[in-house]
Amino acid sequence: MADEVIFEFLHMEMVAHTHREASKEEKDQCISKLEALGFRVGQSLIERFTKDCSRFKDELDTMKFLCKEFWNVVYKKQIDNLRTNHQGVYVLQDNKFKFLVQMSTGKQYMESAPKYLAFPCGMIRGALSNLGVNCIVTAEVSAMPACKFQIQIQRT
Amino acid sequence: MAVCVAVIAKENYPLFIKTVPTDNELKFYYTVHTSLDVVEEKISSVGKNTNDLRELYLGLLYPTEDYKVYGYVTNTKVKFVIVVDSSNATLRDNEIRTMFKKLHNAYVDMLCNPFYKPGENITSKMFENIVLSMLQQD
Repeated sequence: MADEVIFEFLHMEMVAHTHREASKEEKDQCISKLEALGFRVGQSLIERFTKDCSRFKDELDTMKFLCKEFWNVVYKKQIDNLRTNHQGVYVLQDNKFKFLVQMSTGKQYMESAPKYLAFPCGMIRGALSNLGVNCIVTAEVSAMPACKFQIQIQRT
Repeated sequence: MAVCVAVIAKENYPLFIKTVPTDNELKFYYTVHTSLDVVEEKISSVGKNTNDLRELYLGLLYPTEDYKVYGYVTNTKVKFVIVVDSSNATLRDNEIRTMFKKLHNAYVDMLCNPFYKPGENITSKMFENIVLSMLQQD
């Protein structure tokens, strides 16, 4: 299907552009900029996707929706593994993450991989914030193209 | 058919209120405000009746002597409240549901507008037109 690639290419260019156009002092803000972009996108997306489904019973229900339906629509696959310690920390593992698939497996590009995870992290944070769950999302890559998103719920 | 339509954000402040032009519009604002309590009660009671259809449509919130108030909550905790005239006895549940669906669709479309920041007051003409069409149907 042609449409999936369009978004992948756009995202790749977005990351490259942000890093290219940033001046020396702003280099470390690139990741935050991409994350903020993802945040707004996540908010709108979640509004559209939850339009027709029933209300969520609790937090775990929300996370399951995120892993199944949300991931399905955005990345055309589901999350491979969801783990939680039932105290507000969830780890989502995707063994073949869309944006990392294009890069060769192996150690060569591991250092640049986090740049491509900023936007997805922002999307998750935006989606959850609109559903009423405030959280911090971080991502790590241990072996391309698998990656883990760690979601830490902030309870006030 | 509706006399007043309101959209309330998840932090319970109004994003949008539109009423049929009358002299005492404030009364509708009060009605919507008091209905928020009922909405909160219905949302929090879902935990106890999980056998109930976990729907977005909340149904009749409460009837006053002249008006009936209906509620609807989205998954993102944005609430829609519609006040209709009690004398309009031909209004059925299904019609209210379709009105809410239309409102929800219009809200989602408006949220995806890049010029709209979530949490701001709603100033979109398109959204306003859809609401106006619901207010003036008889």
